[in-house]
Amino acid sequence: MSEPLLRVEELRVEFPTEDGVVHAVDGVTYEVAAGRTLGIVGESGSGKTVSSLTTLGLTRAQGANVSGRILFDGDDLVALADERMRAIRGNDIAMIFQDPLSSLHPFFKVGAQLIEAVRVHQDASKQAARARAIELLGLVGIPDPRRRVDEYPHEFSGGMRQRAMIAMALANEPKLLIADEPTTALDVTVQAQILALLQRLQRELGMAIVIITHDLGVVAEMADDIAVMYAGRIVETASAKLLFAGPEHPYTWGLLKSIPSLSGTRKEQLVPIPGSPPSLINRPPGCHFHPRCPYSQPDHARVDPRLQPAPGAPTHHVACLLESTVRRRLWAELSAGRAPEQARATVGLPEERA
Amino acid sequence: MTDPLVQVRGLVKHFPLTRGVLFQRKVGAVQAVDGVSFDVRRGETLGIVGETGCGKSTTARLIMRLLDPTSGEIRFDGQDVTKLKGARLKALRRDVQMIFQDPYSSLNPRKTVGATIGQPFAIHGLAEGKNERKRAVQELMETVGLNPEHYNRYPHEFSGGQRQRIGVARALALKPKLLIADEPVSALDVSIQAQVLNLLLEMQRQLGLTLVFIAHDLSVVRHMCDRVAVMYLGRIVEIGPGEALYGFPRHPYTGALLSAVPVPDPDQRVEQRELLSGDVPSPANPPSACRFHTRCPKAQQRCSIDDPPLQDKGSGSEAACHFPLSREEVAAIGVRSAR
Repeated sequence: MSEPLLRVEELRVEFPTEDGVVHAVDGVTYEVAAGRTLGIVGESGSGKTVSSLTTLGLTRAQGANVSGRILFDGDDLVALADERMRAIRGNDIAMIFQDPLSSLHPFFKVGAQLIEAVRVHQDASKQAARARAIELLGLVGIPDPRRRVDEYPHEFSGGMRQRAMIAMALANEPKLLIADEPTTALDVTVQAQILALLQRLQRELGMAIVIITHDLGVVAEMADDIAVMYAGRIVETASAKLLFAGPEHPYTWGLLKSIPSLSGTRKEQLVPIPGSPPSLINRPPGCHFHPRCPYSQPDHARVDPRLQPAPGAPTHHVACLLESTVRRRLWAELSAGRAPEQARATVGLPEERA
Repeated sequence: MTDPLVQVRGLVKHFPLTRGVLFQRKVGAVQAVDGVSFDVRRGETLGIVGETGCGKSTTARLIMRLLDPTSGEIRFDGQDVTKLKGARLKALRRDVQMIFQDPYSSLNPRKTVGATIGQPFAIHGLAEGKNERKRAVQELMETVGLNPEHYNRYPHEFSGGQRQRIGVARALALKPKLLIADEPVSALDVSIQAQVLNLLLEMQRQLGLTLVFIAHDLSVVRHMCDRVAVMYLGRIVEIGPGEALYGFPRHPYTGALLSAVPVPDPDQRVEQRELLSGDVPSPANPPSACRFHTRCPKAQQRCSIDDPPLQDKGSGSEAACHFPLSREEVAAIGVRSAR
């Protein structure tokens, strides 16, 4: 593969608060090449949004301590001056957010907001920018763009607002599009439309996409590569095919086993992950997942696992202290429908909890 | 007993749209629910799915008598809910309980968990006496997997999943016959979602509850429900056993919904997906006859003139469609639950 478009290296983002330091992102490394899609999966508070906001320099104003490097097209975005960052934001890197209603200004016409997005970065006349706005609305599949351009956000439906947001993000043909839960607020049929739209636009414009979501279905549909985040770290990363075919991390197993399937046997017990995600101020020592992990061993509370290649699959990285042979046997048991306790017993893993 | 617990017949709820401040003229109506009929059998779980604005929550509120219907009939345990007053209505409120979507806004932040869960006892004059009530509440907390020692804590001290457990405990306090869960897990993270779903199934098994489960997540509904009703613009377009409805959807809208669900398996990516064009029309001005005809890939002239009734289409479910999907069509649009 050629030089990646975006490479995030050992990114750390901390927010000092009255209660202590929030370790929102803790040493995260990933990359995306042009024309590819990276899916970042995780639950609330796993750091997936903060890492992307930092890419756009949007955590600077909140007094975050950022370290590590974000290499984009030759620049290190962490060290970049605010002014240069502004030139990149919305131009080379664009972002779409979860809630399209709160990310459009209710006072201004959709067209005016699109025209602004164009003219901030391009030396275009008002007429030219307006023509571009109409073209963009047409591109994202809004019917009758000539009329719609003069409407206010409240006159748009949820799906159309998200299309308008995508139009705005595409105004300057970004090289990288960050989509943060772009379809979470939408109904399934609209979600399918928006995902298909993103895929079509990626094919046509060749941009790289980072899609952030908690929905494993959406990443399976969209992503070439997947990073699973837990408590500010990437715990597993691989190509979508590898990750779904042979997940290696107990947290990934937990996620996969806790979603009901559309066609599976009904009322087959779901296997939830016990407990709830840890506080990012006082994280558990050792492996952050060990208090919720059914397979944790005494030393897992002391040793901090590093992201390491899984044996036999150099592109598949996992941060887990279990032996890889043990992991594979555990997953084989789990995929055969066994409960975590049974799987642990069959594999012969001692029941000692850390 | 084999008679259904709830019988809904020709249920209609129109919300008037008015103009003018002093003399409000009625200029139209949002037809939120428009002629819905179904049964909820004792001990079963009936799922209601559909997109935003299809009337699924309004239907739930009507059964609860939180809203008065415009017309139609709801029989609960033999009596007509729509005409209940006073003590009889209070008795209904005891037998039908609801769990809400948002575990944050549905709990009073200034009340302790004990007070919140104990409130139903207070309202209905049950478990009188401080100690007795406390014991009853703590027993409930234990049942739903909360630590009974947290009796005096406030909602903000609990996580989202735990709050939803509090909601479940409150709903179960009076041992209702019918539990209506309106999007009970859509605000929760996936791992927590599974905890709450398992809790609901467990409670149903233990208490023999009848459940109406409203959700937009089709996989969750499939997992939870014996029978499923699909709603579109205030009408039921298809209803039947989950197996039949997911395995062989007959209404093109059901087909489109099922085809739109992303499945967590990259090997099953669908290239040829049925994408509905456009948006759901306004319920204030719904299309004539079959309400889906404006977006339906199979629509013919007849669909805009002749309103199709819900009918058995020979595959186990009833669909309201003149031109139901065939097996070939279901396969062609990439419905991955098809069998």
